[in-house]
Formats: sequence, C-alpha cells, structure tokens
Amino acid sequence: MATQHQRTLARFMVAPSVLLLLGWMIVPLAMTLWFSFQSYNLLSPGMEQFIGFTNYRYFLSDPAFWQAMANTLLIVGGVLVITVGGGILLALLLDQPIRGQGMVRILMIAPFFIMPTVSALVWKNMFMNPVNGLFAWMAKAVGAQPIDFLAQYPLMSIILIVAWQWLPFATLILLTAMQSLDSEQMEAAEMDGAGAWAKFTHLVLPHLSRAITVVILIETIFLLSVFAEILVTTNGGPGYASTNLTYLVYSQALLQYDVGGASAGGIIAVILANIVAIFLMRMIGKTLE
Amino acid sequence: MGSITLKQVRKAFGDVEVIPGVDLQINDGEFVVFVGPSGCGKSTLLRLIAGLEDVSSGQILIDGQDMTQAAPSRRKLAMVFQSYALYPHMSVRKNIAFPLKMAGMDAAQQEARVKHAAGILNLTDYLDRRPGQLSGGQRQRVAIGRAIVREPSAFLFDEPLSNLDAALRVNMRVEISELHKKLATTMVYVTHDQVEAMTMADKIVVLRAGRVEQVGSPLELYRTPANRFVAGFIGSPNMNFIEGEPAARLGAHAIGVRPEHFAMSTTEGLLAGTVGVAEHLGSDTFLHIDLDNGSHIVARAAGEFPVHHGDRIFLTPQEGRVYRFDQNGLAL
Amino acid sequence: MARRVSETRRWTFTILAWLVALAIFFPILWTILTSFKSEADAIASPPKFLFFDWTTENYAEVQSRSPYFRHFMNSVIISVGSTLLGLLIAIPAAWSMAFQPAKRTKDLLMWMLSTKMMPAAGVLIPMYLMFRSFGLLDTRIGITVVLMLINLPIITWMLYTYFREIPGEILEAARMDGASLSKEIIHVLTPMAVPGIASTLLLNVILAWNEAFWTLNLTTSKAAPLTTFIASYSSPEGLFYAKLSAASTMAIAPILILGWFSQKQLVRGLTFGAVK
Repeated sequence: MATQHQRTLARFMVAPSVLLLLGWMIVPLAMTLWFSFQSYNLLSPGMEQFIGFTNYRYFLSDPAFWQAMANTLLIVGGVLVITVGGGILLALLLDQPIRGQGMVRILMIAPFFIMPTVSALVWKNMFMNPVNGLFAWMAKAVGAQPIDFLAQYPLMSIILIVAWQWLPFATLILLTAMQSLDSEQMEAAEMDGAGAWAKFTHLVLPHLSRAITVVILIETIFLLSVFAEILVTTNGGPGYASTNLTYLVYSQALLQYDVGGASAGGIIAVILANIVAIFLMRMIGKTLE
Repeated sequence: MGSITLKQVRKAFGDVEVIPGVDLQINDGEFVVFVGPSGCGKSTLLRLIAGLEDVSSGQILIDGQDMTQAAPSRRKLAMVFQSYALYPHMSVRKNIAFPLKMAGMDAAQQEARVKHAAGILNLTDYLDRRPGQLSGGQRQRVAIGRAIVREPSAFLFDEPLSNLDAALRVNMRVEISELHKKLATTMVYVTHDQVEAMTMADKIVVLRAGRVEQVGSPLELYRTPANRFVAGFIGSPNMNFIEGEPAARLGAHAIGVRPEHFAMSTTEGLLAGTVGVAEHLGSDTFLHIDLDNGSHIVARAAGEFPVHHGDRIFLTPQEGRVYRFDQNGLAL
Repeated sequence: MARRVSETRRWTFTILAWLVALAIFFPILWTILTSFKSEADAIASPPKFLFFDWTTENYAEVQSRSPYFRHFMNSVIISVGSTLLGLLIAIPAAWSMAFQPAKRTKDLLMWMLSTKMMPAAGVLIPMYLMFRSFGLLDTRIGITVVLMLINLPIITWMLYTYFREIPGEILEAARMDGASLSKEIIHVLTPMAVPGIASTLLLNVILAWNEAFWTLNLTTSKAAPLTTFIASYSSPEGLFYAKLSAASTMAIAPILILGWFSQKQLVRGLTFGAVK
C-alpha cells in the first residue's frame, strides 16, 4: 500500500541486516562443515587432510555424544517443565489481590537479570557445597547427611540452577497474559456454574496457550546452548554426567584441540537444533497469526 | 482554484484490479462525495488523488496540471483521515502548525493562522492540550484545523465521521457543511453512509467494485437512479423491489417503489399483505409487510397510523413513483 | 460477612506470595548479605543472617586484587556498543518491514529469529579460528560485533513490533502535510518511536551484559567483561565466600537496577508483542 519509490527504498533498508545475518549464518557454518570432514588438530598444524565421515563415525560411536545428546534434551525439557508449570502456579498466585504486588514482582523477576556465571557460582558454593553450603547446614540441622549435589546429582543441580533463572521470566509473561483475560468471560462462566477447576481448564489455560508457546520458544532458544552454568559448576562431570552438546563441542575443540571432531559435533548440534526449530516454528507460526 | 480531473485512472494491486478505469471531473468549489459499500474502492480512489498510492495507469490533473507522478506534498491537497492521524506527541497548536512549519513559514505568521483556524473550529481553549486529552469530536476538529491552515486547493476526507457516535456525527456533518459554505473550497469526501452523502454533497459519485455507477446531484440520484444498485443504495429505508407478476404487468423484470411512495389502506389496494413489525417512531411509522405473493417490503406511513402486528393491509404505489428495471438491473 | 471472607483470602494470598517471592529472591539477598561479612562469618554454622560485623573490606579487597573496574568498563562498552550498533542496523530494517510490508516480511522475520536458534557450538570453532587469525581474540571490538550479530534478530523483531503499533495513517498525514522523508522521520516517526527504541535498548543491554558463551570463549583478560571475570572465581577463590559475594554483587547490581526499571517493557519486548 504505497508508492513504488517507497517500496524500493524499503528493500534497500532491510538489506544490511539480512546480509549480515546471512553471512553470520553461512560463513562459519560452511567452515564448520568443511572442518568436519578434515583431520585437523590444533596441536599438529599442517597435518590437515580430508578423511570423509570419519569424524562423524567417531563422534556418533562415542558414548559421550549420546549422553550429551540426552543431557541436552533433559536440560531443555526439565527446565521447561519446571518453569512453565511453576510459572502458571505463580502467575495464578500473583493474579490474586495481593498487598504490595509491585514489590513482590520486583523480587520475583530479579533472578532473570543475574548473569549465568554469578548464579552458577552462588548456587555452587554458597548453597550446594556439601561442607559450607546452606543446604548442607539445613540437612545437618535436621540430622540428615548433607548431599553433595554437584557430585551426586550434577545434571539435576544444573537444571535447578537454570530453572531458577528462567522461572521469573515465565511467571511474568504468563501473569501478563492472565491479566488480559476478560473478566466478563470469567463471570459468564461463573453464571454457567463453572467451578474453579473448570474455569482454569476451560478458560485460563486456553487463554494462556499463546503465552505458553512464546515462553517455550524463547526459553528453548537459550536452553539449547546452556554453557556457563556447566563450565562454572561441574565442567561437564563427573565423567560426562552433566555434559551437553554445546559443552562437548567446546571441550573437544578448545580443551582437546580436535577441531575436526568438534566440528562434526557442531554440525550434529545444528541438525538437532533445526529439528527442534522446525517443530517450534510450526507451532509459533500457528499461534502468532 | 481546485478542480480535479481523473482520466482513465486505473489501479491494480498485483493481479487484483481495484479500480478498472475511472473518468471523473470535480469542479472548483464543489462538494463531491464518493459513496458505496465497503470494498468498493472509494478510499483507494481518494488515496490515488492524494498521491498516497501510485496509479497503475491514467492521469490525474489538478487545476489543469498533470500531477499523476507528483509527491503528495506537492499536490496542494489536505487530507483528514478516518483515525484523525494526529501527532500524539505534539500539542494541538503544534499539530495544526505542522504543515506550516514544513512549508517553512515564519513563527508569527504560523501563530496567526493557527489562531484563526482555532477560532473557526472552537478550539481556542484547547491549543495547549495533547490529542490524547481531547474527545473524539475535538480530535476531529483538530484534524480539520490542520487541513485548513494550509489553505489547500482541495480537501480530502476519508470517512472522517465513522469513529464518532451518532449524535456527534450529525453535529460534525453540519459543521463540515458550514465550513464548506464558508471556505468555498473543493471538498472530496468518502463515506459508506448514504445519509451523509445525501445531506452534504453537491455531487455524489456512487461506486461499486471500483466502477462509477452514477454521478449526479443528490436529488437526481434519488429521482432518476440509473440502475437497481443506485436505486437501492440511495434513500432510507431502502427501495423495495418486487419481481414477478406485478412487475411483468408493467413490462419490467423488477419494479422498485420507495417506502414513502405507497398509499395505504386497510380495505383496498393493488397489493395485499400482513403487517409483521410496526416501528412507531412518532413522526413516522415504518411497517414491515409480508405481501401475499411472498415478497417482503417496508412502507412508511404517517406518525400515528393505527396498525399492529398481524393486521391486514393494502398498498398502492403512487402514480409516477414506480421505477422499472430490466433483467440486468438497468432502469427502463 | 462476604467482605470478611475476602479479607482473609486476601491476607492468605498476600502472605503466600511474599513467602514465595522472598524464597526466589533469597539467593540474591544472601549474596548481598554475605558480601558484607568477614570470611569467618560467611561460613559460620549456623549461618549468621543479620547479626554479624558488617564490613566493606571485601569490596576493597576485590577491587585491589583484580582490576574490577576494567572488567566493569568492558561490560559497559561491549553491551552498550553492541546494542547501539545493532539498533543502527535494525532501525531502518524494522521501519521498512513495519510500514512497507512485503509478502515475505513475516517469513523474513521468522528466518531472522531462526538464526538465533542455531547453536553457538555449531559455529564456535570457525569463529574462534577466524578471531585468532585476525587478531580479534580478547578484543573489545571483536566481541562487540559478535554480540551485535547474535542479538540483531531480537532487536529487529522488537523494533518491528513497536513500530507496527504506530498507525501508518500518521505517517501519511505527515506526507500530505508536506514533510519530506527525512522530516517525516525526524519530526513524526522518531518522537513516536522513542519509547520503543528505549526499551529495546535497555533489554538488549541486559541480554548482552549477561551473555556468557561468546564472552567466555572469545575473551580472556584484556577485553574480558564481568561474566568472564566472575567465572575466574570458579576455583579456588570460590571458597572465599565473602569476596566471591562482593565481586558478584558488583557484577549484578547495575543490571539488576536497570532491569527493575524496565521490567514492564521486558515482557512486551521479549514476547515480540505476542502477549499484551
């Protein structure tokens, strides 16, 4: 709906960002693809050679890879379940008439602004440490044996730390969506004899579906590449118990200097992300119309 | 001066032809209303004149000059938008002065013109407010004020009253008409409301699917509609159409009679029927009648016409007030 | 009667909500409190909540032992720089997508967002090698450009949703009023878009400030922002809780405060306008 001149100008103005993103996507990705077919180790420069799918074969037959794959999905899935489930409950709570709601919101949103390295360190040392952590003290206070969280349940501990960071985000978005629910609709349902549970499942949840989709989309984008929390707390260990794909590629490349192998892992991570992305984009495309 | 001439103006969005080719002459000082159902292309036609859309082919002349390719700002036209399109971050004063500022006019002169326009439109007390603090009718006046300070060669109105409530709409209608009398500047006004068209226009252009169905003064359209579409569109309530035997008797495919052109009787007449709903408005009574031949018509009776739901009634169309249409809907 | 019931209900929910909020906020509160303790008090058992000897020596020590201020400045330069750079590129793009939408605009936006889904691990190696060969490792300019690129889709999308709320008729009105494109942008579009641009800026500064994959992998000391600086406390300094807390508090305080100011815009911005 405009003149030809303006349309041309518009195309011209979109171009820089599109070209930049295109370059950002294609150049490194092509290089990763190229490296993934090479035997390439930073410790032995000049020895690069084409080795076909060997890196992939090596990577796919490595039990660490499958564990990292499972861990990646567990982190995404676990955090999503906790934050969406907890977020709905908290949003329901905050939607009630509460004194000092503004302050409550400010306290609740805070973890979202904490940088991952700080939150990982604080949780690791001051809460989950088996000797001096607060959890250890609480266990001792009730006469139980303190748990060494990061050694005994490393993946679960990481999921908890990450979920703590993302719960406020989910809560805030779901709360905003909940507050836009038409109160006349709720009153109509009450007149129709709907109880609290029926109102929740038939009115609130469908109304929230759009917000839930948004939460899942945005969190997934960030959760697929959780990194700092693992680096700071467990270094992926013990063994590979808390290694996800991102961390595995990092350690393969920058700790073991195996560029070829790490690249193959990177490509696999991209493929995995694409499968998730296609699925998500379908979902979001439908709800965002 | 403010004459506008359209020569074979055509507009297509991609493959969709919205305006298939319009010829139209708008004379200086005329109040012209484009009217038609929604989606008939009336707003697009206005935007083509404004220069907000490119024409696909054809010519637009303003005061005899070819302005087909000119930018909107160079056409010396002012437009009042449906949503008023006021600048929310500027005061009323700055809103009205904006076109003058764009034209590089000096501050004192700007102020004088703004004061003058505000005086005409009763906005003097509101000059320092923001649009958000005004009522719908006041915003509308600010939008008009912004248009008149430029002293354009013509005003374009795009459904300016459709966001106002009914009572305000009537007031603004009168105000705009008075403004036209005062300024004697060409106005092109788009609406879907035939009442606005009838009450305000010197010349009405009835559009359907991008085509001009008929051009004429309000009474010409009322008296001699060129086809069934115009006949049905102009006049309120709508004209009644009767097909079949009564039409065939007059040598037509369909006949049309306006609700106000029936003689009514409880005893005898040409058409017999039963009263469905009787709407007593006080000044008039509108009767919804199911004729015995199956058609449904509306007729206007005097204010205190004593009929009720279920009564038998007989109608006779007035002499010379029956319109005849052929198979294709053209007037005979 | 009914009134009294709703009053109890109100207090029940108020207490419950405050308890939950305090529980969620507790780790941050605890960090701030610990930063004012002596190392002995920090690991005292049972823990000391408020009754300890308040001291600021940890802050002094963190400052003297490590160039905290330099890392702080790196964080500021990198996060603000990448955001401004991103805005510079995204504003024209978002403007044209919002006001001159083409058939493929929606797809284009979707594609932009999808680049955000590409796992960093997939491109880490070439980026690392390219940075190494161009001498960009541990430079502010290098990390700034990378953060700009990863946040560009979000910046574009956020601006797009804000711009789309500006009615197109207003821009047309300006055009009819005789404004040229540049005047239209200066006098009409910009003033109306400023709130949207401001919250986009704020949010992306927060995201860039906390970004912890590329900063950890591409910077080590010279250009290292606070994320990297704090990660260096992983061990063995991590055992000195009071100093760790002081460093952490300094790292999160600026952004926490900024975040609290922008929390309303946060929801709208990050949901791409999908949740009002």
